[in-house]
Parts: sequence; structure tokens; C-alpha cells
Amino acid sequence: MVYRGPYKVRVEEKDVPAIEHPNDAVVRVTRAAICGSDLHLYHGMMPDTRVGMTFGHEFVGVVEEVGSSVRNLARGDRVMVPFNIFCGTCWYCARGLYSNCHNVNPNATAVGGIYGYSHTCGGYDGGQAEYVRVPFADVGPAVIPGWMDDEDAVLLTDALATGYFGAQLGDIVEGDVVVVFGAGPVGLYAAKSAWLMGAGRVIVIDHLEYRLAKARTFAHAETYNFSEYDDIVVHLKKITGYLGADVAIDAAGAEADGNFVQHVTSAKLKLQGGSPVALNWAIDSVRKGGTISVMGAYGPMFSAVKFGDALNKGLTLRMNQCPVKRQWPRLFEHIRNGYLKPSDIVTHRIPLEHIAEGYHMFSAKLDGCIKPLIVAGS
Amino acid sequence: MTYTSERPPLPETSEQLRARIPGWGADLDPKDRPSVPKLQWQEDRTGAHWEFPERQPEKWPRERSIEHEFLTPVFGTSCPPAGFSGMLRKLSYRKYSEGRAAHWLLLLAADRVDAWESHIRSLLTLRPDNPITQTGVLSEFSRHGVSSRFGKKRADVKHQMLDPVIVAGPWVLVGGLVFAAIRRMLRRGGQ
Repeated sequence: MVYRGPYKVRVEEKDVPAIEHPNDAVVRVTRAAICGSDLHLYHGMMPDTRVGMTFGHEFVGVVEEVGSSVRNLARGDRVMVPFNIFCGTCWYCARGLYSNCHNVNPNATAVGGIYGYSHTCGGYDGGQAEYVRVPFADVGPAVIPGWMDDEDAVLLTDALATGYFGAQLGDIVEGDVVVVFGAGPVGLYAAKSAWLMGAGRVIVIDHLEYRLAKARTFAHAETYNFSEYDDIVVHLKKITGYLGADVAIDAAGAEADGNFVQHVTSAKLKLQGGSPVALNWAIDSVRKGGTISVMGAYGPMFSAVKFGDALNKGLTLRMNQCPVKRQWPRLFEHIRNGYLKPSDIVTHRIPLEHIAEGYHMFSAKLDGCIKPLIVAGS
Repeated sequence: MTYTSERPPLPETSEQLRARIPGWGADLDPKDRPSVPKLQWQEDRTGAHWEFPERQPEKWPRERSIEHEFLTPVFGTSCPPAGFSGMLRKLSYRKYSEGRAAHWLLLLAADRVDAWESHIRSLLTLRPDNPITQTGVLSEFSRHGVSSRFGKKRADVKHQMLDPVIVAGPWVLVGGLVFAAIRRMLRRGGQ
């Protein structure tokens, strides 16, 4: 898959990636996914997204080749690769902030390295391809446990780990009222994870009825379609005894809909780092002293966020890209115990050669699409 | 009741939730949550066997943020800067920190220039850009383009009329300008 400019991608023959560093591996991709944050690239919102780049930060595959210093992986291993590229030993990695690694992204210090996510995130080609270069092969990837299938594993490389992390950032305590903005894959997983942490009530807000239906069945959530309400913030206040939620999770990010002006200035005209509609609703609808968790992706440009309200309400704002590998051992347990079944949200499987249609379908929310997987080499 | 000290009652008790929702409360104790505390020393370094990684060879003068002391030991090599867009990108990285709006605005401008440069370049190849196949618009016919949008209470339908204008608008504008320029030249030539 190759980016050709905003709203345009095509399939091209590129050279098979080479080992460029002794700790690199080359992985043959078996399953990849299109992530909601890929749409920021596809729509031309993320600075330094260059024509010719291959997207894709959610993928699993088989090790094809390893560099001379790789000790933990061998050719033929079935591996899952977290979307973060990280070295394991810098100041940040040593403290578990893998998504903030300082040794992999020369293009910026404000964000770490991410596969297929523009040159702002290091200029690495991604996994919506047949082969991908995986730096720090001893550190990032893990061999997929024998009992786990590829479709569950690929969702652990970003979407599930990020949703679970978002719930963690909410610092949920028993009985908390949690509201999740966005019923895409990450929002669905965040809602599901909030229960694991003891939430007393989980509310999901979106405008796509088929996604809200999934939030009810998959995540046991109470749902509201904001397009049916004149002011969703007032509605949320009403249903929480005019207190507001204890925790609000922004799982929408830069593509948030619901306010025409914000959508046009951000998603269309790229004058903001993302449409902060969901974030502002989160700030408005959480109770005073509450916590906002943000793991919907935003670009580096400024956004018109209601910071004064956050200050005056005494809110705690927590956010980051998810340090994926830190979540895995616990998530493996939850999957084994039957508490989570990641692949339950997959709606479409698309051959790599039809990826342009896949992007359009996902972007335009056609055909009840929640999570499309890309099947490579079919 | 918000105006007194008691919090509003929840619809279900913890016991009811535990019975209804698989895994409810499994991570009730923050110690069971993997990213708590935020900064936790990682003894195993996830398998790294270096203090500072070996350096990847720099095959061309690799652009980098001026907020970095040096080129990071590992980096991506997807698309080296080229053409006029490459000049804009190099300028942005050389001159402005990530704290400056100019840095990001120049990069966004370079992205638009890059898209146009690449499109024009593609016209000189055996595989020019194809707006039908590359935009995936055919999935409107194969993936329920109409029924996915209407009668579904989607909030975004009201601005979807705008999308084709924004996507196709620059093409129409440039086409119009080219047409006007050619007509003017022909008229001048005819005089």
C-alpha cells in the first residue's frame, strides 16, 4: 500500500525492506489492520506524510530475516509487533514509557516512533504491506502464544491495548460513572475495560447507530446517539443527577464529528491539530474534580481546547500514546480468562490489493464497518 | 442529589455488575493495572542488551528536529526529501523547533506540494494516478454507499456534501485557471 496524496492510496511493488541496523528484523505480514488514526494520515492531517509512504501500525506476521545482533527472535517465529518502535534503554523506555522513546524518532521529540505514521513519527514504513522492517527486534515484538490466533493478536498491537490503557488513565475506582466519547474500536475496548476496573456505570456516546449497538452488546454499555440531542452535555448532566461523570474518556480524537465549524477548520482545512469536539464535550460533561483520559490521536498543531473550563473545574487530564508492550501480560490473562475477545469487533477482511476501497469504506463508515483487517499475500 | 453531600445512586450494585459482566472488577486494585505507576523502572528492559544502541548508517543527510542533540541511533528511511517539497521540509527542520507553528505549517504545505509534484510526475509514467481506483470511490457501489448514510441518524451526513468540494475543488480550480490561461494565450496569438 502506498500513499498518493490526501484520500488516495494504491498498491505498488516496492523493494522488500532490508536490514538497516544490526537489531532489525524483516517480518512477512499475515494480518494488518486499518486504524482510525490512519484516517488522519489518509485525510492529509498529519504533517510530513510523504507520498510513497506505506501506512499500517497494527500488524502481525512471521519473521523472515534477522540482523546480526538479534538474539530473541529467529526466522519462522510468528510475532505480534506493538505499534510503538522503541529501544528499551533510553530514559523513557527504562521507566516504561515505550511510546515516548527518545532513540527512534529524529524528526520530533514530542512523539516517539510509530510504524507507517508519517515522518513526524520517524519515517518508518508500515505493515499494510507484504513485508515490513521491524527495528529493535529484540525489544518490540513478542512471539504470539500458541493458543492465540492472528486476529486476536493483531488487535493487541494497538486497538485493544490502547482502549485498555485509556481506561487506566481514567484512574477508575469502584462505582465510578465513566463516559466514553467514540464507539470505534478503541472506544469499545475502553468501555469494556472500564468494567474490569470496577466502573459502576459505563456510558458510550457516538452518532453511528451500528457502533452504538456494538457498544451495547460487546461492551455492556448504556448508549446515547448525540445527533438525537440538542446538547449532549446537558443530557449527560441530566442522567448523572446533574453531577456529571467521574471519568470521561476521549476515544474519538482528531476526526471527531458533531460540530460543523470545528470539523471544517480541523478535518477539512487542517487549521487545527484535530477537531477537539469530543475532548471539549469530555471537559464539559465530567464532574468537577473529575478525570479526563485522552487516547484518541491528535496532530501536533494547536487545537481550540477549552482549557479554562478544565482549570476552573479542577480536572485531571491524562493522556499518552499507549505503551503497548506494557499492557500485554495482563491482557493475555484477560483473554485466557474469557473476559476479552478482541476479534469480536472485526467486521471486514480485505485483501491487500483492494486496500483503496477499504480505506474509503472505513473513512466514509460504509457497510457497518467497525474494524477492517487487511489480509496480506492472499 | 448534587446539591447535598450524597452522590446520585447507581442503577446497579457492584454485586449485580459482577454477576452480569464477565471480569467485572478483575483490575479493581490499581496494582493490577500494567501502567500503574506511570514511571516504573523496567528491570528487564524488554530484552535490550545495550546501554546505548549501535548507530544506523546515515545514507543521506537525514533531516531531524533541532530539539534533538544528534541524529537518533535508529530512524526510518521511507521517503527522503526530494523536489520543492523536500526543500520546504528541510527548511522547516533546519530552522524551526517543534514549538513553532511555522514548523508544522511548512510541513503541511510541503505535503500539499508533494502531492501535486507526485501527481504531475505520475503523468509522465506508465502508471499515472487514477482518481477512480485510488480514492476507493467504487466501494460506494459495492459497500452500500447510500443505505449506509441515509435513515441512520448520522451527524456527519450534513457536511458530507462538502467533502467532494474540498477534495475535487482544487482540481477544478486549477483546471479552470489552466483553461483561462490557454484561452488568453490563444486570443493574444490571434490578434
